[in-house]
Amino acid sequence: MSNIPEELRYTETHEWIKDLGNGEYMIGLTFYAQDQMGEIVMVEFPGMQDFNSGDILGTLEAVKTAEDFYAPFDCKVVRVNGDLEDEPALINESSYEKGWLIVVKTDDPSGFTSLKSAVEYTEFIGE
Amino acid sequence: MKTVFELSSPGRMGVSLPELDVPAASEIPAFLSREGEGTTGLPEATEGQILRHYVNLSTMNHHVDKGMYPLGSCTMKYNPKLHEDLARIRGLSGIHPLVPSALAAGSLELMYRLGEFLCEITGFKGVSLQPAAGAQGEFCGIMLIKSYHESRGEPHRNEVLMPDSAHGTNPATSTLADCVVVGVESNEYGLVDPEDLRRKAGPNTALFMLTNPNTLGLFESRIEELTSIVHEAGGLNYMDGANMNALLGIAKPGEMGFDVCHLNLHKTFSTPHGGGGPGSGPVACSDELARFLPDPVVILDDDGSFRLRRKQDSFGRLLAFHGNTGVLYKAYAYIRTLGAEGLREVSENALINANYLKAKLGEYFDNPFDNGPCMHEFVLSGDRQAKQGVKTLDIAKRLLDYGFHAPTVYFPLIVHEAMMIEPTETESLEDLDSFVEAMVSIAGEAVEKPYLVTDAPVNTPVLRLDEVKAVKDLCIVEPVKEGGNP
Amino acid sequence: MSRFVPNGPEQREKMFRAIGLEKFEDLLEPVPEKFRLKENLQIPEPLSEFELTLEFEEFARRNTGADLTCFMGAGAYDHFIPAAVDHILLRSEFYTAYTPYQAEVSQGTLQAIFEYQTMIARLTGMEMANACMYDGASAAAEACLMAMRITRKQRVLVAGSLNPRWLDVIRTYLRKEDFEISEIPFLEDGTLDLETAGNLIEGGTAAVLTQYPNYFGLIEDLQPVAELIHECKGLFIVAADPVALPLLRSPGDAGADIVVGEGQSMGIPMSFGGPCVGFMAARTKLARKMPGRIIGRTTDRAGQTGYVLTLQTREQHIRRNKATSNICSNQALMALANTVYLSLMGERGFREISSQCYHKSHYLEKKLLEIHGVSRVFENTPFFREFVISFPVSSIELRDRMIEHGILAGLPVVELEEGAMLITATEKRTRDEIDRYVRAATDICGGGTS
Repeated sequence: MSNIPEELRYTETHEWIKDLGNGEYMIGLTFYAQDQMGEIVMVEFPGMQDFNSGDILGTLEAVKTAEDFYAPFDCKVVRVNGDLEDEPALINESSYEKGWLIVVKTDDPSGFTSLKSAVEYTEFIGE
Repeated sequence: MKTVFELSSPGRMGVSLPELDVPAASEIPAFLSREGEGTTGLPEATEGQILRHYVNLSTMNHHVDKGMYPLGSCTMKYNPKLHEDLARIRGLSGIHPLVPSALAAGSLELMYRLGEFLCEITGFKGVSLQPAAGAQGEFCGIMLIKSYHESRGEPHRNEVLMPDSAHGTNPATSTLADCVVVGVESNEYGLVDPEDLRRKAGPNTALFMLTNPNTLGLFESRIEELTSIVHEAGGLNYMDGANMNALLGIAKPGEMGFDVCHLNLHKTFSTPHGGGGPGSGPVACSDELARFLPDPVVILDDDGSFRLRRKQDSFGRLLAFHGNTGVLYKAYAYIRTLGAEGLREVSENALINANYLKAKLGEYFDNPFDNGPCMHEFVLSGDRQAKQGVKTLDIAKRLLDYGFHAPTVYFPLIVHEAMMIEPTETESLEDLDSFVEAMVSIAGEAVEKPYLVTDAPVNTPVLRLDEVKAVKDLCIVEPVKEGGNP
Repeated sequence: MSRFVPNGPEQREKMFRAIGLEKFEDLLEPVPEKFRLKENLQIPEPLSEFELTLEFEEFARRNTGADLTCFMGAGAYDHFIPAAVDHILLRSEFYTAYTPYQAEVSQGTLQAIFEYQTMIARLTGMEMANACMYDGASAAAEACLMAMRITRKQRVLVAGSLNPRWLDVIRTYLRKEDFEISEIPFLEDGTLDLETAGNLIEGGTAAVLTQYPNYFGLIEDLQPVAELIHECKGLFIVAADPVALPLLRSPGDAGADIVVGEGQSMGIPMSFGGPCVGFMAARTKLARKMPGRIIGRTTDRAGQTGYVLTLQTREQHIRRNKATSNICSNQALMALANTVYLSLMGERGFREISSQCYHKSHYLEKKLLEIHGVSRVFENTPFFREFVISFPVSSIELRDRMIEHGILAGLPVVELEEGAMLITATEKRTRDEIDRYVRAATDICGGGTS
């Protein structure tokens, strides 16, 4: 059984998104996805710039897979999790806390609210 | 094992060289010289030490001459010993690639004849022997097709259609050739869905790239319909010939609507894989595409001599010289040894061997696409075992303990826990039965003693290796020891 | 039944029973009837081992160019190969194995290639190397693509003194909509025109590629080029001749970011142009952007040292259309030939080979310059193993007439001058052979010495 916190929102590309207030949102990789990938060995981050919904933000690499992560809505990247550069496996060890990927900013909250709920994501991954 | 650098001791030497027999010239100016950088760090050891080192290393390899190598899509068949000797005859191995054509008449005739054979086998008119491997053959094929579209005023055609079961080189080559990949779905039978192909083929289609038999080992029965859809949309059809071992003397790509295909001489035509190369990936094509072939091609001139020539509309060069000629020699020898009937016998037996294994293993492993005969290979799923906690990777490793190489695993991507098995025609019934016994035994272990499988391999020179560490603590060269080179 | 197919009628019958079919044709059910061949292929009747050997001997005899004393280079070289190299290559364990996907039963190949990577890195003065490419030319092309990926710039400058065949290959690989290749001209002395280079190199330049020694055998100072391109945040790619490296300042020391080259000179016969082997070395921080396979050292479950394919997410079988290259099969056995060759030569042997190439080519050049009417094409530039001189007769005519003397005199480079010839002397050319060359050339040029 996967760990899918109720207070977060989710995408079909397995990102979780947390509303931090003030138009800031934190993005990470779900427990389910990190479990599928195995130990993450490298994270490639985006620059601090604007992205459109669906744009590739960066790449996560395990030993035998590499997956891109995407902008869930139009947004600007404002912070990245620098700890992952030295310790990318934090994504495996602590998917929803220490393993967060980036924080983005947007003025339009509708992108967030239209994302999948925990129930919908659970259904999506078929568990 | 120690590395060769650890054998080093100053003053030892593995060769004897003659004294310099001409007067010495003035030395290279100091600012261009290596002086001051220290040594080159090459080892210093005797011939005997070095031989022992590499012979000991060699014993840690599995190889075709030792045992079965059922690696799907790789066609690991027996490599005839004579062919190694023939490629080493001094007149063939000791000749410079840029001599005037008349001085290389033997090599050129051999290459010309080989090209003719490959055209006959594939049903095409033009051929390039230059590509060094299958992936470079794919690149050559896409460049031919791009040149064709450009010549017709359609340079915008840049989409390569391919099924989701394609080899990784297909999408990678498309990117290299400045094209974009458009995926086409497979249907419930593991074959390309013609309706999806129809939806995706259009005014931007450059080509449709298909492996046939496909990577599930299945012949694309609706091939005529598929290639017609693409032609009607103005695109061309490319066959990845990685699986040509199924079709020798049985069917020709050129008659199925394909416009170009590459062949892997290091698979179908028994040239050895060399631990990863050199291969050779000749490309055969229709008359219409032949004028764009890479530089040079071998031609038979009006005066009866063989020459290298650049075609006027050639898209360019892929290698500095004419191809992996030494590999071409061996492929020619193979075809001459077998003749027409022998080639057909190869494919017949490849099909029989694969279908025999499929029949024998069907009871013990899942086969999601078992709707009739397979061609030269088939794909099982380890799903049943995975539910018991034994993954396909574990089964692969356990096979090593039984003295077999593992099948290709986790490919194609459309099968869960995939095991792609290709026995080739050179395995005897007795050896096939031993493989079946091993697989059945492992299927049993997966249920009764799963730890035997998940702990495997144990009978190999090293145990399961830590690939995560290899990436995280990257060590790709031997570090130089303190105080200078070792 | 051919001697490669063990299952005949007897076995077939058993197997058909197990499969549940009556005859072979039942297996062809998925192949539409109209595509099944009704007749045999038009391939000549099979030959026995003995007959095939005779045929190959005849092919070899007609390769009369192989009997000539070889002074031709231009990218393929006639060097001495110690017997032990081929004995290792002919080990079934190496040559009948596949790519080392199952590391536990491929440690031989993996460790040997790890040693290869180490030797290439050390020779070039770089931090790391990959497991090899097809040949030097395609390695150079891939290096350009790699530099473009890293810098996200789309313009490459290539020295006009690069082997023209290599330039052709680079043009093929870089034939993309937004990519641009420009040439940096060379001066009268054959060295790169640094002033023009300085003007051409700008913020949008991904890389400069120069050959070292260049196509004409000339040795140039790499450092000024390195400084020019680094100022503009581009990468410096050097196409180096490995045989020259024991003598020459290493490209790494001179500021190269990527070094590529052709390894045929190190234990591989010319074999009419292939198989060759390309090498590629780079700074470690660029490793993740490299094409091709890379072997890494790790440990197994018991803590023993072992080797695996690493950084695989760069490669086509994982990253597919986003891979750093489409290369899959490379030239692994040829990389092994390089490894065994360099081990046998060792520190002193390889330096001696290098030094003899240098001195013998200089001796030949000096003697040829004594012929009346023979002149240097590039004055006063140091060279290695290979040089260009101009004869008072057409170089094509000279080459053809030298063949009558049993000598392959070199490659005519008429694009420079009608009498210009690119001539090579490796360590294999004896003083006798060199003197014979000079005598024959003297006769052909009219007999006089100055």
